[in-house]
Amino acid sequence: MKKLVNRPEDFVREMLEGMEKAHGDLIGVNYEPRYIYRKEMPQGKVAVISGGGSGHEPMHGGFVGIGMLDAACPGEVFTSPTPDQMYEAGKKVHAGGGVLFIVKNYSGDVMNFEMATEMLNMEGIPTINVLVDDDVAVKDSLYTQGRRGTGTTVLMEKIVGAAAEWGKYDLKRLADLARKVNVNGRSMGMALTPCTVPTAGKPTFELGEDEMEIGIGIHGEPGRYREPLATADEITERLALAIIEDGPYTRTVKEWDLDAGGWKEFELTDPPFQPGDHVIAMVNSMGGTPVSELYVVYRKLHEICEKKGLTIVRNLIGAYITSLEMQGVMITLLKVDDEILEMWDKPVKTPALRWGM
Amino acid sequence: MSTITREHIVQWLENVAQVLAENKEYLTELDAAIGDADHGINMDRGFTKVMERLDGVRDKDIGTILRTTGMALLSSVGGAGGPLYGSLFMKAGMAVTGKHELTPEELGKLLRAAVQGVIDRGKAQLGDKTMVDALLPAVEAYEKTLQEGGDLCTALTRMVAAAEKGMKDTIPLVAKKGRASYLGERSAGHQDPGATSSYLILKALKETVCG
Ligand SMILES: Nc1ncnc2c1ncn2[C@@H]1O[C@H](COP(=O)(O)OP(=O)(O)O)[C@@H](O)[C@H]1O
Ligand SMILES: [Mg+2]
Repeated sequence: MKKLVNRPEDFVREMLEGMEKAHGDLIGVNYEPRYIYRKEMPQGKVAVISGGGSGHEPMHGGFVGIGMLDAACPGEVFTSPTPDQMYEAGKKVHAGGGVLFIVKNYSGDVMNFEMATEMLNMEGIPTINVLVDDDVAVKDSLYTQGRRGTGTTVLMEKIVGAAAEWGKYDLKRLADLARKVNVNGRSMGMALTPCTVPTAGKPTFELGEDEMEIGIGIHGEPGRYREPLATADEITERLALAIIEDGPYTRTVKEWDLDAGGWKEFELTDPPFQPGDHVIAMVNSMGGTPVSELYVVYRKLHEICEKKGLTIVRNLIGAYITSLEMQGVMITLLKVDDEILEMWDKPVKTPALRWGM
Repeated sequence: MSTITREHIVQWLENVAQVLAENKEYLTELDAAIGDADHGINMDRGFTKVMERLDGVRDKDIGTILRTTGMALLSSVGGAGGPLYGSLFMKAGMAVTGKHELTPEELGKLLRAAVQGVIDRGKAQLGDKTMVDALLPAVEAYEKTLQEGGDLCTALTRMVAAAEKGMKDTIPLVAKKGRASYLGERSAGHQDPGATSSYLILKALKETVCG
């Protein structure tokens, strides 16, 4: 293993110390339990909080600031954080508007956030947990954990964060918007190389020089299919068509019901893309892929979208949700309406995403 | 042997910490095949935390010791293992509140509550390729042996045998819960890491009480 680490056990803490030193004007870091929080929280605003394993930087900690997240809970590398982190982060940034948790659909994240949701609501802080499950590589939800939360998470954090900050949405309206973003967003990723978790010391899987993994998640796990390596255009087409041609997807989600004071389960369905749709396109590096290659992919993605009648109205190209140093790419398309686009364009000021201020 | 003492429980937890430390790489390798290569690391971190907390509750009742164990795991393991093993030990503790020693029947109640805690939190069913595949048959074997008039150590021995079988039986299964479910058919042919840690934990219980 060749990495810029000291003791592997200290990796996450030392990263947090660096972030605190670099961005101390905007964010603070609490170490016991671990969370990153926004320094100045406007009164009455809903607190938007996310979290997950570390190793996906800049997500989520890099998105804490103005107009996006108010706190982020980092776990160990690729391991969900614990309920006490989420609970303490919630208490820290709650400013009278309640808490919205943005939760990626992995069994560990889901269960830990559910426990924290129960704890905060018991404490009298209204809290709703909204799921992101946008990964079209997973086909059904009947016999699996369902789709994983991947690229759409970044777009949701921006859009929902803006609605809380600038739109002054209340908690329920914000949860409605978050759900709308989730059902309209779809992603698919692929890997050219595995990655190495510092404490594990060796790669998460083996991949030959002439092979690739299609349909990966974001935890250095192998994908749904192992295939011979293809050209950039072929790979882009493979990912883009899987997203654009994905049919309606239905699953049952479990959210806290503020009125009933307990859990409720209900069905959500993703509508497929239609010719004429306007979309935000993200071409995301898994960590080790250079920006030049991302543009090669974007060029082809743009062509495919045009052919399919989709108009890319905004794009985001770079490393935003990563798996350590993995080489590979993830494509996300989010169908937008006026509300989503308005919130996308609002100012944002965080360590990793900044425009308009 | 017909009672389980508080000393047994403390010794069990210490043995679990040691066994999980010894199997840290093995469990992590199993998780690398169908998950994200952290299960052994997570469990070892969790039981290191349990050992730190144990000193404060060593002389308390068994319920308190087990609940403290559950809380320590919940706040240190993370992943799926954290809430699941956290619930397992908390529910186990709540089933024996105030007790300083347990009859075999009381241990049976503790084990049943523990498994139910995992099922309530994770909603996995038998055959989903999770820790439930080791835990549920194990508890059923324990209960059945007592019902048929078997003694404590016979029941614990059969419990461990059932857990081992359940663990091995996860190998051909396609995962329906947890991270491994994302691999679909590719999850078949690998032993589930959570079922393996559950087997190790139950085996440590038998060995602590009966040798
Ligand atoms: N819903 C569930 N119910 C029961 N056990 C589960 C569930 N989800 C995952 N598991 C168990 O958790 C184990 C993985 O634990 P761990 O690696 O610590 O968490 P993570 O998958 O979040 O990395 C799996 O091997 C499986 O036995
Ligand atoms: Mg794991």
